[in-house]
Amino acid sequence: MEDMKEIIKTYIINEYVEDDSEVTYDTPLISGGIVDSFSMVSLKRFLENKYKISIPDDKATPEAFDSVNKICILVNEYLK
Amino acid sequence: MAYSDKTRGAYQEILTGMKDAGLLKVERYIHSAQAAEIEVEFPAGAPLKKVINICANNYLGLSSHPEVVKAAHAGLDSHGYGMSSVRFICGTQDIHRQLEKMITKFLGTEDTILFPSCMDANGGVFEAVLTKDDVMISDRLVHASIIDGIRLCSAMHDTYKHSDMAHLEEKLQLHNDKRLKMVITDGVFSMDGDMAKLDQMADLCEKYDALLFCDDSHASGFIGKTGRGTHEKCGVMGRLDIITTTFGKGLGGASGGCVSGRKELVEMCRQKARPYLFSNTIAPPVVAGVIKVLEILSATTERRDKLEKNTGFWRKGLTEMGLVIKEGDTPIVPVMLFNAKLAQDVSRDLYEEGIYAIGFFFPVVPQGQARIRTQISAGHEIHHLEKALDAFRKVGKKYNILGKSKQEIIEKYGI
Repeated sequence: MEDMKEIIKTYIINEYVEDDSEVTYDTPLISGGIVDSFSMVSLKRFLENKYKISIPDDKATPEAFDSVNKICILVNEYLK
Repeated sequence: MAYSDKTRGAYQEILTGMKDAGLLKVERYIHSAQAAEIEVEFPAGAPLKKVINICANNYLGLSSHPEVVKAAHAGLDSHGYGMSSVRFICGTQDIHRQLEKMITKFLGTEDTILFPSCMDANGGVFEAVLTKDDVMISDRLVHASIIDGIRLCSAMHDTYKHSDMAHLEEKLQLHNDKRLKMVITDGVFSMDGDMAKLDQMADLCEKYDALLFCDDSHASGFIGKTGRGTHEKCGVMGRLDIITTTFGKGLGGASGGCVSGRKELVEMCRQKARPYLFSNTIAPPVVAGVIKVLEILSATTERRDKLEKNTGFWRKGLTEMGLVIKEGDTPIVPVMLFNAKLAQDVSRDLYEEGIYAIGFFFPVVPQGQARIRTQISAGHEIHHLEKALDAFRKVGKKYNILGKSKQEIIEKYGI
Protein backbone atom coordinates (compact mmCIF):
# COMPACT_ATOMS: atom_id res chain seq x y z
CA MET A 1 0.00 0.00 0.00
CA GLU A 2 2.82 2.43 0.89
CA ASP A 3 4.52 1.54 -2.39
CA MET A 4 1.34 2.25 -4.30
CA LYS A 5 0.88 5.59 -2.53
CA GLU A 6 4.43 6.62 -3.31
CA ILE A 7 4.16 5.54 -6.97
CA ILE A 8 0.94 7.49 -7.45
CA LYS A 9 2.23 10.54 -5.60
CA THR A 10 5.41 10.55 -7.69
CA TYR A 11 3.38 10.23 -10.89
CA ILE A 12 1.18 13.18 -9.89
CA ILE A 13 4.15 15.37 -8.97
CA ASN A 14 6.00 14.57 -12.21
CA GLU A 15 2.90 14.90 -14.32
CA TYR A 16 1.04 17.89 -12.95
CA VAL A 17 3.15 19.95 -10.55
CA GLU A 18 5.31 22.49 -12.36
CA ASP A 19 6.64 24.37 -9.32
CA ASP A 20 7.93 23.20 -5.94
CA SER A 21 4.51 22.81 -4.31
CA GLU A 22 4.34 20.00 -1.80
CA VAL A 23 1.97 17.09 -2.41
CA THR A 24 1.11 14.76 0.47
CA TYR A 25 -1.11 11.68 0.49
CA ASP A 26 -4.00 13.90 1.62
CA THR A 27 -3.45 16.97 -0.58
CA PRO A 28 -6.72 17.78 -2.41
CA LEU A 29 -5.87 17.17 -6.07
CA ILE A 30 -9.06 18.02 -7.97
CA SER A 31 -10.65 20.49 -5.55
CA GLY A 32 -7.18 21.97 -4.96
CA GLY A 33 -6.74 22.67 -8.66
CA ILE A 34 -3.66 20.45 -9.11
CA VAL A 35 -5.39 17.99 -11.46
CA ASP A 36 -8.02 19.41 -13.85
CA SER A 37 -10.87 17.52 -15.45
CA PHE A 38 -8.88 16.92 -18.67
CA SER A 39 -6.00 15.47 -16.73
CA MET A 40 -8.19 13.09 -14.73
CA VAL A 41 -8.51 11.02 -17.88
CA SER A 42 -4.78 10.43 -18.16
CA LEU A 43 -4.49 9.73 -14.43
CA LYS A 44 -7.20 7.06 -14.74
CA ARG A 45 -5.42 5.59 -17.72
CA PHE A 46 -2.10 5.55 -15.87
CA LEU A 47 -3.68 3.66 -12.97
CA GLU A 48 -5.36 1.17 -15.28
CA ASN A 49 -2.15 0.45 -17.18
CA LYS A 50 0.04 0.34 -14.10
CA TYR A 51 -2.17 -1.93 -12.04
CA LYS A 52 -3.81 -3.86 -14.90
CA ILE A 53 -7.29 -2.89 -13.77
CA SER A 54 -10.35 -1.32 -15.36
CA ILE A 55 -12.03 1.52 -13.48
CA PRO A 56 -15.62 2.13 -14.67
CA ASP A 57 -16.17 5.73 -15.80
CA ASP A 58 -18.91 6.25 -13.23
CA LYS A 59 -16.47 5.36 -10.44
CA ALA A 60 -13.76 7.73 -11.68
CA THR A 61 -15.34 10.75 -10.04
CA PRO A 62 -13.62 13.95 -8.91
CA GLU A 63 -14.31 12.87 -5.32
CA ALA A 64 -12.69 9.47 -5.79
CA PHE A 65 -9.61 11.08 -7.37
CA ASP A 66 -9.25 13.90 -4.89
CA SER A 67 -6.19 12.65 -2.99
CA VAL A 68 -3.54 9.97 -3.21
CA ASN A 69 -5.17 8.15 -0.29
CA LYS A 70 -8.59 8.14 -2.00
CA ILE A 71 -7.09 7.00 -5.29
CA CYS A 72 -5.40 4.07 -3.53
CA ILE A 73 -8.72 3.03 -2.00
CA LEU A 74 -10.31 3.12 -5.46
CA VAL A 75 -7.48 1.13 -7.09
CA ASN A 76 -7.57 -1.49 -4.37
CA GLU A 77 -11.27 -2.08 -5.01
CA TYR A 78 -10.44 -3.23 -8.53
CA LEU A 79 -7.20 -5.11 -7.85
CA LYS A 80 -7.71 -8.83 -8.06
CA MET B 1 -40.89 40.17 -19.74
CA ALA B 2 -38.47 37.45 -18.80
CA TYR B 3 -35.55 39.78 -18.18
CA SER B 4 -36.48 40.71 -14.62
CA ASP B 5 -34.66 43.09 -12.31
CA LYS B 6 -33.35 40.06 -10.47
CA THR B 7 -31.86 38.63 -13.65
CA ARG B 8 -30.39 41.99 -14.67
CA GLY B 9 -28.94 42.42 -11.20
CA ALA B 10 -27.28 39.02 -11.36
CA TYR B 11 -25.44 39.96 -14.56
CA GLN B 12 -24.58 43.42 -13.28
CA GLU B 13 -23.01 41.85 -10.22
CA ILE B 14 -20.80 39.60 -12.36
CA LEU B 15 -19.70 42.48 -14.56
CA THR B 16 -19.01 44.72 -11.57
CA GLY B 17 -16.91 41.95 -10.06
CA MET B 18 -14.90 41.69 -13.26
CA LYS B 19 -14.41 45.45 -13.33
CA ASP B 20 -13.32 45.58 -9.69
CA ALA B 21 -10.83 42.80 -10.34
CA GLY B 22 -9.39 44.75 -13.28
CA LEU B 23 -10.46 42.01 -15.71
CA LEU B 24 -12.97 43.96 -17.78
CA LYS B 25 -11.89 44.19 -21.41
CA VAL B 26 -12.45 47.60 -23.01
CA GLU B 27 -12.34 48.20 -26.75
CA ARG B 28 -10.38 51.06 -28.27
CA TYR B 29 -11.92 52.53 -31.38
CA ILE B 30 -9.59 52.82 -34.36
CA HIS B 31 -10.70 55.40 -36.90
CA SER B 32 -8.20 54.54 -39.61
CA ALA B 33 -7.36 51.42 -41.62
CA GLN B 34 -5.18 48.83 -39.89
CA ALA B 35 -1.53 49.78 -40.40
CA ALA B 36 1.76 50.61 -38.66
CA GLU B 37 0.30 54.01 -37.76
CA ILE B 38 -3.31 54.26 -36.68
CA GLU B 39 -5.70 56.85 -35.24
CA VAL B 40 -7.25 55.78 -31.97
CA GLU B 41 -10.14 57.08 -29.87
CA PHE B 42 -9.42 56.06 -26.29
CA PRO B 43 -11.11 56.31 -23.93
CA ALA B 44 -14.43 56.58 -25.79
CA GLY B 45 -15.08 60.23 -26.62
CA ALA B 46 -11.43 61.29 -26.34
CA PRO B 47 -9.84 63.15 -29.24
CA LEU B 48 -8.18 60.98 -31.87
CA LYS B 49 -4.55 60.14 -31.21
CA LYS B 50 -2.08 59.02 -33.85
CA VAL B 51 -0.03 56.10 -32.53
CA ILE B 52 2.35 53.42 -33.75
CA ASN B 53 0.70 50.04 -33.54
CA ILE B 54 2.90 47.27 -32.19
CA CYS B 55 0.20 44.84 -31.07
CA ALA B 56 -1.54 43.77 -34.30
CA ASN B 57 -1.24 40.38 -35.96
CA ASN B 58 -0.61 42.29 -39.18
CA TYR B 59 2.75 40.53 -39.55
CA LEU B 60 3.17 41.12 -43.27
CA GLY B 61 1.58 44.55 -43.37
CA LEU B 62 -1.01 43.34 -45.88
CA SER B 63 -4.19 44.34 -44.01
CA SER B 64 -4.51 47.55 -46.00
CA HIS B 65 -2.16 46.80 -48.89
CA PRO B 66 -3.44 48.65 -52.00
CA GLU B 67 -3.31 45.55 -54.21
CA VAL B 68 -5.25 43.48 -51.67
CA VAL B 69 -7.86 46.23 -51.24
CA LYS B 70 -8.17 46.52 -55.02
CA ALA B 71 -8.60 42.74 -55.39
CA ALA B 72 -11.29 42.72 -52.70
CA HIS B 73 -13.12 45.51 -54.54
CA ALA B 74 -12.94 43.52 -57.76
CA GLY B 75 -14.18 40.39 -55.97
CA LEU B 76 -17.09 42.35 -54.56
CA ASP B 77 -18.01 43.54 -58.06
CA SER B 78 -17.62 40.16 -59.77
CA HIS B 79 -18.89 37.74 -57.09
CA GLY B 80 -21.10 39.86 -54.86
CA TYR B 81 -21.24 40.56 -51.16
CA GLY B 82 -22.49 37.32 -49.61
CA MET B 83 -23.66 33.82 -50.39
CA SER B 84 -26.79 33.45 -48.25
CA SER B 85 -26.08 29.75 -48.04
CA VAL B 86 -23.74 27.21 -46.53
CA ARG B 87 -21.14 25.67 -48.84
CA PHE B 88 -22.88 22.38 -49.70
CA ILE B 89 -26.25 23.90 -50.62
CA CYS B 90 -25.49 26.88 -52.86
CA GLY B 91 -22.69 28.69 -51.03
CA THR B 92 -19.62 27.60 -53.01
CA GLN B 93 -18.21 29.78 -55.77
CA ASP B 94 -15.35 29.08 -58.16
CA ILE B 95 -13.12 31.40 -56.12
CA HIS B 96 -13.68 29.39 -52.92
CA ARG B 97 -12.31 26.27 -54.59
CA GLN B 98 -9.58 28.33 -56.27
CA LEU B 99 -8.44 29.59 -52.87
CA GLU B 100 -8.48 26.06 -51.43
CA LYS B 101 -6.21 24.87 -54.23
CA MET B 102 -3.87 27.83 -53.78
CA ILE B 103 -3.57 27.21 -50.03
CA THR B 104 -2.86 23.53 -50.70
CA LYS B 105 -0.01 24.48 -53.00
CA PHE B 106 1.30 27.18 -50.67
CA LEU B 107 1.40 24.92 -47.61
CA GLY B 108 2.56 21.84 -49.53
CA THR B 109 -0.35 19.66 -48.46
CA GLU B 110 -2.83 17.37 -50.28
CA ASP B 111 -6.07 19.33 -49.96
CA THR B 112 -7.71 22.22 -48.10
CA ILE B 113 -11.15 23.19 -46.84
CA LEU B 114 -12.11 26.75 -45.91
CA PHE B 115 -13.82 27.65 -42.64
CA PRO B 116 -15.41 30.95 -41.56
CA SER B 117 -12.47 31.35 -39.14
CA CYS B 118 -9.58 29.32 -37.74
CA MET B 119 -11.53 29.28 -34.48
CA ASP B 120 -14.19 27.36 -36.43
CA ALA B 121 -11.59 25.15 -38.13
CA ASN B 122 -10.19 24.15 -34.74
CA GLY B 123 -13.68 23.86 -33.31
CA GLY B 124 -14.79 21.40 -35.99
CA VAL B 125 -11.80 19.39 -37.11
CA PHE B 126 -11.25 17.00 -34.19
CA GLU B 127 -14.82 15.72 -33.95
CA ALA B 128 -14.86 15.29 -37.73
CA VAL B 129 -11.81 13.03 -37.90
CA LEU B 130 -11.62 11.26 -34.52
CA THR B 131 -13.89 8.95 -32.52
CA LYS B 132 -14.23 7.79 -28.93
CA ASP B 133 -11.71 5.04 -29.68
CA ASP B 134 -8.97 7.59 -30.36
CA VAL B 135 -6.80 9.89 -28.29
CA MET B 136 -5.73 13.53 -28.67
CA ILE B 137 -2.43 14.45 -27.03
CA SER B 138 -1.98 18.21 -26.91
CA ASP B 139 0.71 20.64 -25.76
CA ARG B 140 -0.43 22.34 -22.55
CA LEU B 141 -0.14 25.81 -24.08
CA VAL B 142 -2.22 25.35 -27.24
CA HIS B 143 -4.60 28.11 -28.28
CA ALA B 144 -8.05 28.40 -26.68
CA SER B 145 -9.78 27.48 -29.95
CA ILE B 146 -8.01 24.10 -29.95
CA ILE B 147 -9.09 23.49 -26.36
CA ASP B 148 -12.69 24.22 -27.38
CA GLY B 149 -12.41 21.84 -30.35
CA ILE B 150 -11.00 19.14 -28.11
CA ARG B 151 -13.90 19.62 -25.69
CA LEU B 152 -16.34 19.06 -28.55
CA CYS B 153 -14.68 15.79 -29.58
CA SER B 154 -15.54 12.38 -28.14
CA ALA B 155 -11.94 11.10 -28.32
CA MET B 156 -9.93 10.81 -25.11
CA HIS B 157 -7.78 13.81 -24.34
CA ASP B 158 -4.39 14.01 -22.68
CA THR B 159 -1.72 16.70 -22.49
CA TYR B 160 2.06 16.93 -22.40
CA LYS B 161 4.19 19.60 -20.76
CA HIS B 162 4.91 22.52 -23.06
CA SER B 163 7.39 21.47 -25.77
CA ASP B 164 8.64 18.59 -23.59
CA MET B 165 9.45 15.85 -26.07
CA ALA B 166 10.29 13.23 -23.45
CA HIS B 167 6.89 13.79 -21.85
CA LEU B 168 5.19 13.59 -25.24
CA GLU B 169 6.88 10.26 -25.90
CA GLU B 170 5.68 8.95 -22.52
CA LYS B 171 2.14 9.89 -23.51
CA LEU B 172 2.46 8.23 -26.91
CA GLN B 173 3.55 5.05 -25.14
CA LEU B 174 0.76 5.33 -22.57
CA HIS B 175 -1.88 5.58 -25.29
CA ASN B 176 -0.30 3.23 -27.80
CA ASP B 177 -3.29 0.87 -27.71
CA LYS B 178 -5.72 3.47 -29.04
CA ARG B 179 -7.13 3.13 -32.56
CA LEU B 180 -5.72 6.50 -33.65
CA LYS B 181 -3.47 8.95 -31.85
CA MET B 182 -3.23 12.62 -32.74
CA VAL B 183 -0.52 14.94 -31.42
CA ILE B 184 -1.71 18.55 -31.33
CA THR B 185 0.36 21.73 -31.16
CA ASP B 186 0.55 25.35 -32.20
CA GLY B 187 3.35 26.11 -34.69
CA VAL B 188 4.23 29.42 -33.03
CA PHE B 189 2.76 29.86 -29.55
CA SER B 190 0.89 33.14 -29.44
CA MET B 191 1.73 34.31 -25.94
CA ASP B 192 5.44 33.44 -25.72
CA GLY B 193 6.34 33.58 -29.41
CA ASP B 194 8.27 30.30 -29.21
CA MET B 195 8.11 27.59 -31.84
CA ALA B 196 7.04 23.94 -31.67
CA LYS B 197 9.79 21.35 -32.21
CA LEU B 198 8.02 19.99 -35.25
CA ASP B 199 11.03 18.04 -36.50
CA GLN B 200 11.24 16.00 -33.31
CA MET B 201 7.47 15.73 -33.15
CA ALA B 202 7.27 14.38 -36.69
CA ASP B 203 9.88 11.74 -35.79
CA LEU B 204 7.95 10.72 -32.67
CA CYS B 205 4.69 10.58 -34.60
CA GLU B 206 6.26 8.30 -37.18
CA LYS B 207 7.74 6.09 -34.48
CA TYR B 208 4.38 5.68 -32.72
CA ASP B 209 2.12 5.88 -35.79
CA ALA B 210 0.40 9.07 -34.63
CA LEU B 211 -1.17 11.87 -36.64
CA LEU B 212 0.46 15.29 -36.28
CA PHE B 213 -1.70 18.43 -36.09
CA CYS B 214 -0.36 22.00 -36.11
CA ASP B 215 -2.19 25.32 -35.85
CA ASP B 216 0.09 27.66 -37.78
CA SER B 217 -1.96 30.84 -37.43
CA HIS B 218 0.98 32.84 -36.05
CA ALA B 219 3.36 31.53 -38.73
CA SER B 220 1.65 31.17 -42.13
CA GLY B 221 3.07 33.60 -44.63
CA PHE B 222 6.32 34.48 -42.86
CA ILE B 223 7.94 31.68 -40.82
CA GLY B 224 10.37 29.59 -42.89
CA LYS B 225 12.58 30.59 -45.77
CA THR B 226 9.67 31.18 -48.15
CA GLY B 227 7.03 31.86 -45.48
CA ARG B 228 5.21 28.56 -45.71
CA GLY B 229 5.15 28.22 -41.95
CA THR B 230 6.65 26.38 -39.02
CA HIS B 231 6.80 23.11 -40.97
CA GLU B 232 9.07 24.77 -43.53
CA LYS B 233 11.27 26.27 -40.80
CA CYS B 234 11.60 22.85 -39.12
CA GLY B 235 12.23 21.01 -42.39
CA VAL B 236 9.12 18.83 -42.18
CA MET B 237 7.03 19.99 -45.13
CA GLY B 238 4.81 17.10 -46.22
CA ARG B 239 5.16 15.34 -42.86
CA LEU B 240 2.30 17.09 -41.04
CA ASP B 241 -1.12 15.50 -41.36
CA ILE B 242 -3.25 18.54 -40.53
CA ILE B 243 -2.39 22.24 -40.60
CA THR B 244 -4.98 24.78 -39.56
CA THR B 245 -4.39 28.44 -40.15
CA THR B 246 -6.11 31.79 -40.33
CA PHE B 247 -6.46 34.52 -42.93
CA GLY B 248 -7.03 36.96 -40.07
CA LYS B 249 -3.37 37.55 -39.25
CA GLY B 250 -0.41 37.55 -41.65
CA LEU B 251 -2.45 36.44 -44.67
CA GLY B 252 -4.33 39.69 -45.12
CA GLY B 253 -5.87 40.05 -41.68
CA ALA B 254 -9.54 40.03 -42.66
CA SER B 255 -11.20 36.78 -41.62
CA GLY B 256 -11.48 33.11 -42.44
CA GLY B 257 -9.40 30.04 -41.86
CA CYS B 258 -8.85 26.54 -43.14
CA VAL B 259 -7.97 22.93 -42.49
CA SER B 260 -5.24 21.75 -44.86
CA GLY B 261 -3.65 18.32 -44.94
CA ARG B 262 -4.23 14.70 -45.93
CA LYS B 263 -7.02 14.53 -48.48
CA GLU B 264 -9.06 11.95 -46.55
CA LEU B 265 -8.98 14.10 -43.42
CA VAL B 266 -10.03 17.18 -45.39
CA GLU B 267 -12.85 15.19 -46.96
CA MET B 268 -13.97 14.05 -43.50
CA CYS B 269 -14.23 17.74 -42.56
CA ARG B 270 -16.26 18.40 -45.70
CA GLN B 271 -18.67 15.65 -44.66
CA LYS B 272 -18.78 16.14 -40.91
CA ALA B 273 -17.30 19.37 -39.55
CA ARG B 274 -20.17 21.31 -38.06
CA PRO B 275 -18.85 24.89 -38.48
CA TYR B 276 -18.43 24.07 -42.20
CA LEU B 277 -21.84 22.40 -42.50
CA PHE B 278 -23.87 24.92 -40.55
CA SER B 279 -22.33 28.29 -41.31
CA ASN B 280 -21.68 30.41 -44.37
CA THR B 281 -18.11 30.32 -45.52
CA ILE B 282 -15.82 33.30 -46.19
CA ALA B 283 -17.48 36.20 -48.05
CA PRO B 284 -16.49 36.67 -51.73
CA PRO B 285 -14.55 39.95 -51.37
CA VAL B 286 -12.45 38.45 -48.58
CA VAL B 287 -11.76 35.35 -50.68
CA ALA B 288 -10.60 37.58 -53.52
CA GLY B 289 -8.36 39.47 -51.09
CA VAL B 290 -6.73 36.30 -49.74
CA ILE B 291 -6.12 35.06 -53.30
CA LYS B 292 -4.22 38.28 -54.00
CA VAL B 293 -2.27 37.88 -50.74
CA LEU B 294 -1.14 34.41 -51.83
CA GLU B 295 -0.18 35.72 -55.26
CA ILE B 296 1.95 38.43 -53.63
CA LEU B 297 3.63 35.99 -51.23
CA SER B 298 4.23 33.37 -53.92
CA ALA B 299 5.89 35.91 -56.21
CA THR B 300 8.41 37.29 -53.72
CA THR B 301 9.69 36.77 -50.18
CA GLU B 302 10.33 40.49 -49.85
CA ARG B 303 7.75 41.05 -47.12
CA ARG B 304 8.72 38.13 -44.89
CA ASP B 305 12.38 39.10 -45.36
CA LYS B 306 11.61 42.63 -44.20
CA LEU B 307 9.66 41.26 -41.24
CA GLU B 308 12.65 39.10 -40.29
CA LYS B 309 14.94 42.12 -40.46
CA ASN B 310 12.53 44.28 -38.43
CA THR B 311 12.17 41.51 -35.83
CA GLY B 312 15.94 41.25 -35.44
CA PHE B 313 16.24 45.03 -35.03
CA TRP B 314 13.44 45.09 -32.44
CA ARG B 315 14.70 42.17 -30.37
CA LYS B 316 18.25 43.59 -30.37
CA GLY B 317 16.99 47.05 -29.36
CA LEU B 318 14.94 45.76 -26.42
CA THR B 319 17.71 43.46 -25.24
CA GLU B 320 20.40 46.16 -25.40
CA MET B 321 18.09 48.48 -23.48
CA GLY B 322 18.04 45.97 -20.65
CA LEU B 323 14.44 44.80 -20.78
CA VAL B 324 13.57 41.17 -20.08
CA ILE B 325 12.14 39.59 -23.23
CA LYS B 326 11.21 36.04 -24.17
CA GLU B 327 13.97 34.60 -26.31
CA GLY B 328 13.18 33.45 -29.83
CA ASP B 329 13.21 34.59 -33.41
CA THR B 330 9.53 35.15 -34.18
CA PRO B 331 7.90 38.59 -34.49
CA ILE B 332 5.98 37.97 -31.25
CA VAL B 333 8.23 39.59 -28.65
CA PRO B 334 6.87 39.62 -25.09
CA VAL B 335 8.42 42.24 -22.79
CA MET B 336 8.20 40.59 -19.39
CA LEU B 337 7.00 42.70 -16.46
CA PHE B 338 5.63 39.87 -14.25
CA ASN B 339 3.29 42.15 -12.27
CA ALA B 340 -0.21 42.79 -13.68
CA LYS B 341 -0.49 46.39 -12.51
CA LEU B 342 2.98 47.22 -13.81
CA ALA B 343 2.01 45.80 -17.21
CA GLN B 344 -1.10 47.98 -17.28
CA ASP B 345 0.82 51.07 -16.14
CA VAL B 346 3.55 50.58 -18.73
CA SER B 347 0.95 50.06 -21.46
CA ARG B 348 -0.84 53.28 -20.46
CA ASP B 349 2.40 55.28 -20.40
CA LEU B 350 3.52 53.89 -23.76
CA TYR B 351 0.20 55.03 -25.19
CA GLU B 352 0.89 58.52 -23.86
CA GLU B 353 4.19 58.34 -25.78
CA GLY B 354 2.32 57.40 -28.97
CA ILE B 355 2.89 53.64 -28.83
CA TYR B 356 -0.04 51.24 -28.85
CA ALA B 357 0.89 48.03 -27.01
CA ILE B 358 -1.30 46.04 -24.66
CA GLY B 359 -0.56 44.49 -21.28
CA PHE B 360 -1.44 40.81 -20.82
CA PHE B 361 -1.90 39.30 -17.40
CA PHE B 362 -3.70 36.49 -15.60
CA PRO B 363 -5.88 34.71 -16.69
CA VAL B 364 -4.69 35.27 -20.29
CA VAL B 365 -1.17 34.29 -19.20
CA PRO B 366 -0.17 32.40 -16.02
CA GLN B 367 -0.07 34.24 -12.70
CA GLY B 368 3.19 36.16 -12.30
CA GLN B 369 3.94 36.29 -16.02
CA ALA B 370 2.33 39.63 -16.91
CA ARG B 371 3.84 41.26 -19.96
CA ILE B 372 3.52 43.66 -22.85
CA ARG B 373 3.20 41.52 -25.96
CA THR B 374 4.79 43.36 -28.86
CA GLN B 375 4.27 42.19 -32.43
CA ILE B 376 6.38 43.36 -35.30
CA SER B 377 5.19 43.88 -38.86
CA ALA B 378 6.67 44.22 -42.33
CA GLY B 379 4.54 47.37 -42.39
CA HIS B 380 6.83 48.95 -39.79
CA GLU B 381 9.68 51.12 -40.98
CA ILE B 382 12.84 51.41 -38.89
CA HIS B 383 11.81 54.92 -37.77
CA HIS B 384 8.60 53.44 -36.28
CA LEU B 385 10.62 50.91 -34.33
CA GLU B 386 13.16 53.52 -33.21
CA LYS B 387 10.35 55.70 -31.87
CA ALA B 388 8.84 52.71 -30.07
CA LEU B 389 12.24 51.82 -28.56
CA ASP B 390 12.63 55.43 -27.37
CA ALA B 391 9.23 55.18 -25.68
CA PHE B 392 10.13 51.88 -23.99
CA ARG B 393 13.40 53.45 -22.81
CA LYS B 394 11.60 56.47 -21.32
CA VAL B 395 8.89 54.41 -19.63
CA GLY B 396 11.40 51.75 -18.55
CA LYS B 397 13.48 54.45 -16.82
CA LYS B 398 10.40 55.81 -15.06
CA TYR B 399 9.67 52.40 -13.52
CA ASN B 400 13.37 51.61 -13.00
CA ILE B 401 13.21 48.29 -14.79
CA LEU B 402 16.01 48.78 -17.34
CA GLY B 403 18.89 46.39 -16.75
CA LYS B 404 16.93 44.66 -14.01
CA SER B 405 16.58 40.90 -13.85
CA LYS B 406 13.31 39.01 -13.49
CA GLN B 407 14.03 38.53 -9.80
CA GLU B 408 14.77 42.22 -9.26
CA ILE B 409 11.55 43.30 -11.01
CA ILE B 410 9.52 40.82 -8.96
CA GLU B 411 11.19 41.99 -5.74
CA LYS B 412 10.31 45.60 -6.58
CA TYR B 413 6.75 45.12 -7.85
CA GLY B 414 5.66 41.65 -6.69
CA ILE B 415 3.70 39.22 -8.86
